[in-house]
Amino acid sequence: MAFYRSTVLVSVDPVCVEKGAYELIDTLNDELIKQGLIDEVRILETTRLGDPQKLGPDIIVYPEGTHYTNLTYYDIPRLVEEHFIKGRILKQYAAKMQDAIDEELSAPKSKEVRVVLRNVGVIDPRNIEDYIANDGYQALGKVLTEMSPEDVIQEILDAKLRGRGGAGFPTGLKWRFARQAAGDIKYIICNADEGDPGAFMNRRVLEGDPHSVIEGMIIAAYAIGSRQGYIYCRAEYPIAVSTMNLAMKQARALGLLGKNILGTDFSFDLEMRMGAGAFVCGEETALMASIEGSRGEPRTRPPFPAQKGLWGKPTNINNVETYANVPPIILRGAEWYSSMGTEKSKGTKTFALAGDVKHTGLIEVPFGITLREIIFDIGGGIKNDKKFKAVQTGGPMGGCLPEHLLDLPVDYETLGQAGSIMGSGGMIVMDEGTCMVDIARFFLEFIQDESCGKCAPCRLGTHRLLEILEGICNGQGKEGDIEELQDLCEQIRKNSLCGLGQGAPNPVISTLEHFMDEYKAHIEEKRCPAKVCRNLIKYEIQDGPCTGCTVCARNCPVSAITGERKQTHVINQDICIKCGICYQVCQFEAIKVI
Amino acid sequence: MAEQKFAENEVVELVTKIVTSIGTTRGDLIPILQKVTNELGYISQEAIQQISVLLKLPTKEITSVATFYRMLSTKPHGRHIVQFCESAPCHIAGGREVLSALKEALQLEPGETSADNKWTFYTTSCLGICGVGPVILIDTEIHGNVTPDQIPSILGRYE
Repeated sequence: MAFYRSTVLVSVDPVCVEKGAYELIDTLNDELIKQGLIDEVRILETTRLGDPQKLGPDIIVYPEGTHYTNLTYYDIPRLVEEHFIKGRILKQYAAKMQDAIDEELSAPKSKEVRVVLRNVGVIDPRNIEDYIANDGYQALGKVLTEMSPEDVIQEILDAKLRGRGGAGFPTGLKWRFARQAAGDIKYIICNADEGDPGAFMNRRVLEGDPHSVIEGMIIAAYAIGSRQGYIYCRAEYPIAVSTMNLAMKQARALGLLGKNILGTDFSFDLEMRMGAGAFVCGEETALMASIEGSRGEPRTRPPFPAQKGLWGKPTNINNVETYANVPPIILRGAEWYSSMGTEKSKGTKTFALAGDVKHTGLIEVPFGITLREIIFDIGGGIKNDKKFKAVQTGGPMGGCLPEHLLDLPVDYETLGQAGSIMGSGGMIVMDEGTCMVDIARFFLEFIQDESCGKCAPCRLGTHRLLEILEGICNGQGKEGDIEELQDLCEQIRKNSLCGLGQGAPNPVISTLEHFMDEYKAHIEEKRCPAKVCRNLIKYEIQDGPCTGCTVCARNCPVSAITGERKQTHVINQDICIKCGICYQVCQFEAIKVI
Repeated sequence: MAEQKFAENEVVELVTKIVTSIGTTRGDLIPILQKVTNELGYISQEAIQQISVLLKLPTKEITSVATFYRMLSTKPHGRHIVQFCESAPCHIAGGREVLSALKEALQLEPGETSADNKWTFYTTSCLGICGVGPVILIDTEIHGNVTPDQIPSILGRYE
């Protein structure tokens, strides 16, 4: 590797790209050539550095670590002159340190352990040399020269690595099944169809450390005896797709993909396939149908993909995070890996914290940490000093867990027993202002929309569930609704074809279990305790605080508010559409939600 | 987005070019349909006909795939595609109000195209940029941390 006196990291986060990050890079490159500095200063593209909405495009200059924000290509000549020639910091654009936080991925907090995210935000994802300099492809070298395929499988089994896509099936076992399956042609697939709302862990790995996924896949291919692999990435992640494509090209150029990898007899290559906007394609059999060029509809299992997968051949399919765990396990050993976590869930897990928590973003923690530690110690607690109400784990087919379950250690089994699932790692925190019936309705709306329609329990059952929930939220809940919900949930769970349908009732089951009083308030008292469901609330103007300033009346879109200047105003409930605008514009807190 | 109308022979030519560059196996069908959507704006009947000839697949098979995936469209789009992320993190961050403001401003329901052919409005699955929700994607441009009152000025930037 060449030696550079300075390295400039430029954020090419989607927002920064829109704000001209590439124009900035081009100008910087030209200017460095012009000033004769191009051999001394290196430009690297990286993922998000700060909050791109406020700061982008932004850059960091190392080794000094100066963070410049809100730059345009127009500022570059001055920046080069001042910073790189005269050695002076351009104060005008230097960010205050507290601003310079990556909203998605900040420096590791004390309770975090980074294995999967070890390189993300640290190396240049578009340069394979950076990955190699950080022990990249060493595990592959070890595997190809010192280990038999059986050794590799045993190591992964000993590490007790479980599938990070959500189901938690032992990865080593999956590999063994695929290895033992009869046939010469076998396939490897990486499931990068990260569709769970609020989950973006895999995106950051694909964008920030693509080679760790590729290396994990090559090792898996060696273990099961495959020569061809596919990465199925959702089209909503264009940057991840282009980063992966570039990484594959670079790996191929160095002989890490293709014929006779590292000079051995082993050959393997990868192809990228893009999704086309169907959530159900994250289900493994649907995903394979999509690669084959068909509608992404799941099929019954068995036969499992390890026996009969892509084009009827034995196929091993794992999630992005599972593959990214493989190189460190091979390099540092199963013993090291299984020293982290609980008895049955070993290692670490990435989560995307979202919702009403102070620090949202990506985290990676060892299994066994409690939900309370995640939300309050790492996440910093609830925003705006409100009270915690529930945490939703596992994506749309997960469940909502209340306060008294916060001390549960997080692993596959405990979350399952509590009525939720591990899922791929979305974690949405909700404060006291969230209506749990509305949340259940919301998730059902999503599931109903994404149901592929192949099997009746999912197609019709979720439709009926949604109808009942909509009724309850609209104030038309009636006696017997709860029993019907419970019965439907049971039927859908038992009779659906794939994980989407089987998991579909989870949001309803878990909210019924933990927040039954809210359902009852909606149905029996026609009241929404969190004051969210429009038909069950009304806005009223309080006599005392109202100064008669007329702001509410002027802003009301349906002219439902009347009153003389300096007199208390009144809302006509028959006209009011409960849009809440008056509540937002009132400066005297005179409007109350009842 | 492709605004101009394509004549039938141009469609045939374009589709043939796309198929030649990708391949004619069954597994190539979705990449072909994706490219046709990108270049033509949507998958027209003529395009389906031509793919059917080249891939030796029945047209109903191609239509069945083309209508399954949300990102493949068999209907023409407006000049700009507005997509609103309706996922949970955006919902909790105030997405519901933004969605109704957006519907109001566009005078469209999800899936509709405006009469002047300027806008097509969709709701989309999670875009994975939940740190800045609620999020609106217009063509390929992302607008994050959107509030209802910003909607007119955001839409106003598009011709």
